[in-house]
Amino acid sequence: MSAAALVLRGLSKEYAKGKPVLHGISLEISDRGITAIIGPSGTGKSTLIRCINRLVEPTAGEVIFGGQDIAKLDRKALRLARRQIGMVFQEYNLVERLTVMENLLSGRLGYVSPLRAWLRRYPPADIERAFALLENVGLASYANQRADSLSGGQRQRVGIARAIMQEPRLLLADEPTSSLDPKTSVEIMSLMRELCTERAIPVMVNMHDVELAKRFADRIVGMSDGSVVYDGAPGGLSDEVLKAIYGGEDWIA
Amino acid sequence: MNAAATGVREWRRFTAGQRVARFSVYLVLVAAIVASARAVEIIPEFLYDAPEQMQDLFVRMWPIAFYHYPEGVHAALVETLHIASLGTILAVLMALPIGTAAAHNVVPNRVVNYFAKLLLVSSRSVNSLVWALLFVAVFGPGALAGTLAIAFRSIGFVGKLVGEALEEAQTGPIEALAAAGAPWPSVISKGYWPQVEPAFWSILLFRWDINVRESAVLGLVGAGGIGMALDTALNLFQWPRVAMVLVAIFAVVVIAEISVTQIRKRIL
Amino acid sequence: MNGDPARVAAKALTHPAAVAPSAFPANWWARAGWIALAAYVVYATSRLDFTWTRFVVGLDQGARFIGRMLPPRIAQPDTLVKGLTESLEIAILASSLGILVSLPVGLFAARNLMPAWVTWPARALIAMCRSFHPVIVAILFVKAVGFGALAGILALSVASVGFIGKLFADAIEEISLKQVEAVRATGAPFLSVVGYGVMPQVFSRFTGFATYQLDSNLRNSTMVGIVGAGGIGGTLFAAFQRFDYDFVCAILLSIIGMIMAGEVLASWVRSVFLERGKVDEE
Repeated sequence: MSAAALVLRGLSKEYAKGKPVLHGISLEISDRGITAIIGPSGTGKSTLIRCINRLVEPTAGEVIFGGQDIAKLDRKALRLARRQIGMVFQEYNLVERLTVMENLLSGRLGYVSPLRAWLRRYPPADIERAFALLENVGLASYANQRADSLSGGQRQRVGIARAIMQEPRLLLADEPTSSLDPKTSVEIMSLMRELCTERAIPVMVNMHDVELAKRFADRIVGMSDGSVVYDGAPGGLSDEVLKAIYGGEDWIA
Repeated sequence: MNAAATGVREWRRFTAGQRVARFSVYLVLVAAIVASARAVEIIPEFLYDAPEQMQDLFVRMWPIAFYHYPEGVHAALVETLHIASLGTILAVLMALPIGTAAAHNVVPNRVVNYFAKLLLVSSRSVNSLVWALLFVAVFGPGALAGTLAIAFRSIGFVGKLVGEALEEAQTGPIEALAAAGAPWPSVISKGYWPQVEPAFWSILLFRWDINVRESAVLGLVGAGGIGMALDTALNLFQWPRVAMVLVAIFAVVVIAEISVTQIRKRIL
Repeated sequence: MNGDPARVAAKALTHPAAVAPSAFPANWWARAGWIALAAYVVYATSRLDFTWTRFVVGLDQGARFIGRMLPPRIAQPDTLVKGLTESLEIAILASSLGILVSLPVGLFAARNLMPAWVTWPARALIAMCRSFHPVIVAILFVKAVGFGALAGILALSVASVGFIGKLFADAIEEISLKQVEAVRATGAPFLSVVGYGVMPQVFSRFTGFATYQLDSNLRNSTMVGIVGAGGIGGTLFAAFQRFDYDFVCAILLSIIGMIMAGEVLASWVRSVFLERGKVDEE
């Protein structure tokens, strides 16, 4: 294990007072490999991911990334931290009415002045990299198509490419395959693993599909009721552990 | 994408044709704005003076002459509401047949459609103040001219939207009724009407809301309502009374808008 | 009540209506509503002193009126051209000023992007601008800045801010926040979030509002002259007061011509800006 890319200490979130969704989560994410968070719906996986780049404000705790506590940053510093954290969403969250190319370039928005962004005057290096990435994700001929004309799998490819465009030091993925069919899900996960391994980007991904998590993750964190109940290798996910995470046993084949 | 030719790939948001079209729009817009700004007669002293003059105006309006409401404003305000409501009702009575005639799926006759659309366009092209001037010339000053002005201006609006709602009606239920041998009044009342009814009420309320605002100014050309009270107060330079009338108009407009929103929420 | 099937059946035979409910139950609320409406029409008509004789006299008057309008005659061609040009200038300047101001105001009024202390004043401003008819606002500006085009420009700008500001704010409140969230997550500065997360979602509608407002300002710019705020309206009003009805007719026809030309222009602007957005036209 090498140095930690991200350290969470006692991270809590309460949407309503006295009803915590996350109970003091502490985790270390190493600077390599895929960490999958699994657990039943409503257990706070999504909240956990969103607390890291503060799309959701944590109630208490520390989020140490790049030597600073994200939870304490002011708006400007938060923006600079977010530039280094890519994010992939369950429903892709592409800007529907912009072209694929514009969506990819939006990954550079943290680095380009608003005026240049409005005028679409991106540095040539960014454009070159965007074209290269489009080839990597197999969408080279789609650059000028609008995002809303793509299929689900294609959209998620654009979503991943957009996140990689940021040249992030951490990639967060919130249920990236939940809206996709099983075959496309595997393709998307392979693509994500391939792109991130090449660039040495650590990945933190929420999943509800245990088999898919076992197949792609280097490490699995099992959550139940806002707490971590399992943390270890995919091989250690015994029926007992799964029961502790999801409760009940009828569903285990 | 001429990657091989230049080595560096270029990306442009628009095709050449789109860029030319956009550029020409911008060019025309900027040229129009510059030309207008240069040509229009604005006396600079008046412009610099404006904030001070506005302030002076508001100072003279204070205190608002609330005591003036019972004898000078209330009746005119009620008359305004009557003008708006009766005008809307009258407009709907005329707009329903014309709007229906304009919908090509209900009346499959091009000549009738075009004629109906021509009527609707003429109604909309003439401002309600102009309609008011015309009707004042015909029927003399008073609420009758105002009501007709509101009605004639609204025909185009209501008729156009009703016609469009009818054209968007689904053909399934209508074909079913026609196949069952229903006569056309039944096709209209059981096939089309239920489909356009929500849109109809929504259009009606929307137009009534607009008409409340519009009927407030008709009095300036003698067509009845609170505009008459405003005109009188303005001509006599009774600023506190002007302020009272403005407050009354503001209140009625806000109440009308709130009630329309509430009714829409309830029934739609 | 009692479960004897035979008796229920017998009752159904003798009183069919009592057992089988009508397929179309009478809607008493709706009927009461229609009666109330009819009663209101009768009451209001009597209050406003509409009488049949007045109507018939009016029709007679109307026939003579139309007779005097035809044929249209351009009594003062210079005044007509000058008035129309000034109306056009007022409309263009008021629209540009109004659109420029309503962009930030509408954005500030969007409750899904802005905190309450920002939306509240913005919404109050919009409500103020919307409440008064442009002609009333024009009266106030005429008193403040004197007769002429400036008062008209200011009055129509106020109206534009009210109209576009409200629709723009409503449009922004309906956008998908997921797209905004994604752009925000890249660390984009606020203006870029607006440019990428918000504007693409509302731009086609905004263009629609803006061109509609240009159209509407053109119509109203021909009217503000009635109260002395510049444009053709003053000429029209004067012609009415001189009973110069053939000139009135000529002015009205040229106003309609100008408005129709404006509609053609507006639809050209829409087609240029919305060609990428054809599929998402509501």
